[in-house]
Amino acid sequence: MSEGPASAALLEVEDLVVDLPVEGEMRRVLHEVSLSIRAGEAVGLVGESGSGKSMTARAIDRLLPPGAAVGGAIRFDGGNVTALSGAQLRRFRGEVAMIFQDPRAHINPVRRIGDYMTEALRTNRDVPNAEAEDRAVDLLESVGIEDGGRRLRQYPHELSGGLLQRVMIATALLTQPRLLLADEPTTAVDVTTQAEVMAILDDLRREFRLAMLFITHNLELAAAVCDRTAVMYAGQVVEVRASSLLHDDPLHPYTAALAAARPDISATKDRLASIPGRPLSAFEAPSDACAFAPRCTHVRDACRQQRPPLIELDRGLTRCLRADELRGHMGPETA
Amino acid sequence: MSTAAPPVEAVAAVERRSWLALLRATGAAGVASAVAIAIAAFVAAFGPLLAPDSPYLGQLSSSYVGPTGGHLLGFDGQGRDLLSRLLGGARTSLVGPLTVVVICILAGTVLAVSAAWKRGTYDAFVSSGLDVLFAFPGILLAILAAAVFGAGLVAASLALAVAYTPYVARVLRGAALRERSQQYVAALEVQGASAFSICLRHLIPNMLPLIVAQATILFGYAMVDLAAISFLGLGVQPPNPDWGVMIAENQSGVVQGYPLAALAAGICIVIVVVAFNILGERLYDQAQAERR
Amino acid sequence: MLVATLVVSSFVIFSALYLAPGNPIAVLSGGRTLPAESIKVLEARYHLNDPFITQYWLWLKGVAHGDFGISIALRENVSTLIASRIGTTAALVLYASLLILVIGIGLGLAAGLRRGFLDTSVLAVTAVSAAIPSFVAAIVLILLFSVKLTLFPSLGDGQGLFGTIYHLTLPAVALAISSLAIVARVTRASVREEFGREHVQTAVSRGIPYRQLVRRHVLRNAAIPITTISGITVASLIAIAAVVERAFGLNGLGAYLVSAANSKDFAVVQGISLVLVTAFVVVNVLVDVLYAILDPRVSLGSRAQ
Repeated sequence: MSEGPASAALLEVEDLVVDLPVEGEMRRVLHEVSLSIRAGEAVGLVGESGSGKSMTARAIDRLLPPGAAVGGAIRFDGGNVTALSGAQLRRFRGEVAMIFQDPRAHINPVRRIGDYMTEALRTNRDVPNAEAEDRAVDLLESVGIEDGGRRLRQYPHELSGGLLQRVMIATALLTQPRLLLADEPTTAVDVTTQAEVMAILDDLRREFRLAMLFITHNLELAAAVCDRTAVMYAGQVVEVRASSLLHDDPLHPYTAALAAARPDISATKDRLASIPGRPLSAFEAPSDACAFAPRCTHVRDACRQQRPPLIELDRGLTRCLRADELRGHMGPETA
Repeated sequence: MSTAAPPVEAVAAVERRSWLALLRATGAAGVASAVAIAIAAFVAAFGPLLAPDSPYLGQLSSSYVGPTGGHLLGFDGQGRDLLSRLLGGARTSLVGPLTVVVICILAGTVLAVSAAWKRGTYDAFVSSGLDVLFAFPGILLAILAAAVFGAGLVAASLALAVAYTPYVARVLRGAALRERSQQYVAALEVQGASAFSICLRHLIPNMLPLIVAQATILFGYAMVDLAAISFLGLGVQPPNPDWGVMIAENQSGVVQGYPLAALAAGICIVIVVVAFNILGERLYDQAQAERR
Repeated sequence: MLVATLVVSSFVIFSALYLAPGNPIAVLSGGRTLPAESIKVLEARYHLNDPFITQYWLWLKGVAHGDFGISIALRENVSTLIASRIGTTAALVLYASLLILVIGIGLGLAAGLRRGFLDTSVLAVTAVSAAIPSFVAAIVLILLFSVKLTLFPSLGDGQGLFGTIYHLTLPAVALAISSLAIVARVTRASVREEFGREHVQTAVSRGIPYRQLVRRHVLRNAAIPITTISGITVASLIAIAAVVERAFGLNGLGAYLVSAANSKDFAVVQGISLVLVTAFVVVNVLVDVLYAILDPRVSLGSRAQ
């Protein structure tokens, strides 16, 4: 299911289904998620908490909790990711790097920064310590940390959250990956640092020809940084679209509602628009209706009779049955 | 998507589940432990009345004789009916720890709540004071107390209470600090309620599940330590039947091939302590869960 | 902070002399009647006519030089009496500590790292043995291994290295059994908790092999709470040893302390108490140091409890 010029995708996710064991029974958290990323392309993955975006990234990186059941296909560079094991799996992990939301929780507090950064290189690629450290210092410079040598000898608790996030990004790049999975890398830091981190990611991406899956709940942020953006709701992909078109010409009411809900400092409105109801968790999504139907202002009977498939429309993908007719006025309307 | 903050009155007068519901929430093991404790308490209260024979009078000719008609468990080393001595011993074995726990909880709560409320230098002073004595072994203090004041249950209990209070106060202080920072406290202060009444009528009642859990766990520790002290001869004195004393008295019987007397007392101790441990742990989990 | 504990404890131990009912002479003599010159000797030795603080200071000085006074009952230097018994107690505590650390932590690690049968059985066994007080354990052990199986002696210290180990085995086990269970449980819980932490997930996502992951990120981090509980447990052994020594007729400091307390031999009680408290403080200091080494976030002396 490609929506662009037919160039081979670096990462292909096809009808990914994930079930997790919760209190004894298996619950579905991802329903037939499909997306693809080409080499060097940045794709955004946007959704509210519980929409399944983190889970998708974890499924791709083989980080699901024990007991998880995975269906569908994940292909990286043509090879089947779910079948990897042992040395092949470790090589895969060198090619696909992941950075996380809360850097302080994700870096071992009792080991030095240098140890953290060079561990993968030393262990998996047998790079001697001195060389690994040199590379680390170089990358620290690329993320804007000048006195790398000193930093390597420090402990995580001596660095601020913003610095740690940069360290995490630099570390991810040390193994020269081809795909970067960024799970809300800017959510836990303040706005200024957010801008810096985004700039760094953007620069590095171009410099190293890195493909990136950028996960966030912030539609505008994704649209600003990524070429294409996928929107998730209740464990399903509901829209994939070129970022430039996402805001003004969305193909799904949910996307339009997300865009409309953001407070606009320039506009004068009486009330903040918010989407009525609460976001559905992935395992609450019905299998025989559109998951967004209860909160959609454009809902019709047909929407409640079957789960809409992902269809191509105008070089994008959408799960809305009425996408074609609603184009142009997808926004939440009062009746 | 924001939830409106619940009205202050409703939070202040938190709907406390009935104690029965709390007990049920501790699961089968918790309830079983509570039943065991209730039985022990009953025996402690009415032991002497239930005993088929006198725990004090015995004939040496019956020393260590095994179970025979009318004497379900046989005799101890001094020829006294073992069952009667066990039933009689429940009293001192349980009253001692009870004293310790009551004193510790009272003193600990007062220290903890006052320190958490006043904060500042008073808190620093109390906290460092508590830190100095923290984890000091109670048995050592009890032995010292026995040397100074003479052997006896009272001295031993008081010594243990002094030794445990810093630990209890430390735990409760943490909880008190958390309660203190809740919104309802600020609201009550603004309404003009006095510190004393807030603490007494709102803060402490909200801490009750934790206090009860802590008291239960503490009872187990106190019971073991007091039994040990009596075993050493520095607590309850013979010829009083006390489970710790009984183990010491009948130890020679074990080597001679008559282990029942000492073992029976030991088993009684272990059962009651295990019951308190299990119940205490479960109550503690409930108290933590309720806090969230 | 621990120095404060030592100072305060020594003060309490010293002033116990005055807390006791009756005047100091009566307390020191333990209720025995003494001839007049003995009283004068006592007065001079204990500086009973000097102000309180001077007495305390002089007593401390004496103690620092190894002078703990004289035992009324045995009319010997307390220091000699202590020296002859300290070996037994030290050996017992050491033996028990070894058992606790090796078996306790070992079981905890095995249970924490694997699931299934091993884990459930360790949990079940430790739940029971954690509640067995050492004197009850002593009785059971004597019954099983001394009387029924005649494998180990039930009384006495033993001579020489192997003799001592032989004689101290049952007492050490009795002393260790409940602490061992607690250490095992805490170890297991800590290992499980570390496994669930995000930084371990990060290491997985970077392809760190399992063995290395466990060693460098799970165990290394879990070592912190494990050290804390081990330290607390070993420190508490110092006091409980008295009970076990009594039960097994060992000629150690603890047993002597108890009989001295019974016979009101005050100088002995003070001396041994001070030694035990000092040992307790020393162990705590060692644990603090270890903790500061293991956790770079913590500076010496501020161990979070």
